[in-house]
Amino acid sequence: MSVITQLSIFVNNEPGSFAGITAALKECGINLKAFNIAESSGFGVLRAIADNPNEACETLKKRNIVVKLTDVIAVPMEDKPGEIYKVAKVFGESNINIEYAYAYAGPKGPAVFFRVDNPEIAIEALKAAGLETLDAADL
Amino acid sequence: MPKDEIKKMQYASLKKLVENLYQNNQFYHDRMKAQGVLPSDINCLADIQKLPFMYKQDLRDFYPTKLFTVPNTDVVRYHVSSGTTGKPTLVGYTQNDIGYWTDALARSLTSIGIGKDDVVQVSYGYGLFTGGLGLHYGVEAVGATVLPSGTGGTERQLELMQDLDVTAIACTPSYLIHMANVAQKMGIDFRRDTKLKKAILGAEPWTEGMRQRIEDMTGVKAYDVYGTSEMGGPMFTECEERKGIHISSDIMYVEILDPETGEVLEPGQKGEMVVTLLRKEAFPLIRYKIKDLTCIMEDECECGRTSPRIERISGRSDDMLIIRGINVFPSQVEHVLMQVPQVGDQYMIIVDRVNDLDTMVVQVEIKPEAFSDKIEEMVALKKRLEYEMKKYLNIAVAVELKESGSLPRFEGKAKRVIDKRVY
Repeated sequence: MSVITQLSIFVNNEPGSFAGITAALKECGINLKAFNIAESSGFGVLRAIADNPNEACETLKKRNIVVKLTDVIAVPMEDKPGEIYKVAKVFGESNINIEYAYAYAGPKGPAVFFRVDNPEIAIEALKAAGLETLDAADL
Repeated sequence: MPKDEIKKMQYASLKKLVENLYQNNQFYHDRMKAQGVLPSDINCLADIQKLPFMYKQDLRDFYPTKLFTVPNTDVVRYHVSSGTTGKPTLVGYTQNDIGYWTDALARSLTSIGIGKDDVVQVSYGYGLFTGGLGLHYGVEAVGATVLPSGTGGTERQLELMQDLDVTAIACTPSYLIHMANVAQKMGIDFRRDTKLKKAILGAEPWTEGMRQRIEDMTGVKAYDVYGTSEMGGPMFTECEERKGIHISSDIMYVEILDPETGEVLEPGQKGEMVVTLLRKEAFPLIRYKIKDLTCIMEDECECGRTSPRIERISGRSDDMLIIRGINVFPSQVEHVLMQVPQVGDQYMIIVDRVNDLDTMVVQVEIKPEAFSDKIEEMVALKKRLEYEMKKYLNIAVAVELKESGSLPRFEGKAKRVIDKRVY
């Protein structure tokens, strides 16, 4: 069980800029397993899970794309009510703040990526509560 | 030269100039008549205030050569300024006009220590624009080597800069920033890989904050150069002290007037600059309202030169934007932005009118390392910039954060203001 490295890419919030970023991803052969877009006025952030995040980050930087690596955790879930609650309850009780989250369905079934203020403590808290987290190799 | 003698010399030049124009220049003859002033009314330097003003519009109205005092056969060169706001303006030069222009720049270059050991890359536009050829002649006059690279072809310019041991560059501030960015991508470090020590920057408004940025990026010492196309081109620079731009008194006489009342202001008081080119031959530039705002400094400079200095141009009244009735200079926006470390070097100002209300949006590139995955941190940066703008400019400005590299780059004069308002 370990943290997952996520790509965070700055995108101008205007027509064509997402196409520009995704064209670069295509040309660099970077496959996204999961992503979400958060937006504010004038700009957005594309958060994505890719195969080799460190390598992908360097490749994108060379193309003058503004990108950072961020730690997230991936929690597998079953497809039924109450699953997210189990996780959120653990975080709440352990005083862990969730900054954002997004869902994904991979080879091992559904999972949710969480960005929290302290991923290591979050993993420990989930473990103590009997909950699993995924490794990069599981995605 | 002592100040009294300078004034005597200026008076002698003025007297001769006015007499010649009254006799030989129909335009200025008519202007003086309309004002009710004769050459005999000019009996001391202060009498210059009796003379009528000249305006940019005069240069347009009498385009191309109707203002000329000399026959076309005596004209050795033309330069033409871009007509962004109407007709272009044409400047003609006699051999003597080229001569004192070159003298002015040679003195300026000497004052910043450029001489025969230097190699100066002139990356101002050559051609109709005055920057390239003006600096070119000045550099040659001081015996330095000129590399007339002009604008564009930045990668090649950087290679030549290294190969030819270039020690100084003359270009617009925005072009030097562009060069520094390209250099970084090519793996060139100005400090390590070039001999560049000095930069003569101008032809567009820039601030002290921008100077600091440029010096941090490149390790060069940057000097401000002043001159406009109507005057003949870039002429005067700061000296090593960098406490104002030295104006050669035998070439140009400067008055600073209160923009509202027209009253002559004391040294140190900021107002509208009015210039008289004392030795201009091809056509006159007398009491020309150049629309630049500055103040004059007459105290002796630490460099020992007695010529008066003008303060860095804080704005051109033509560049002034009126946003909801408030005067805003693009240089003020730049000043605010350059104080914030997360801000990159490129910005744009977009003015529009929405529902009969002026709006101003400042798009600004942020440095890649300032990017955060946390939206709230980015919003906080945006809000901070908006707050600083509001505090400094007194109007609400919307700030848009942009990805580094996404705003336009300029190889010539930067055009950072887009005014979409239609009246």
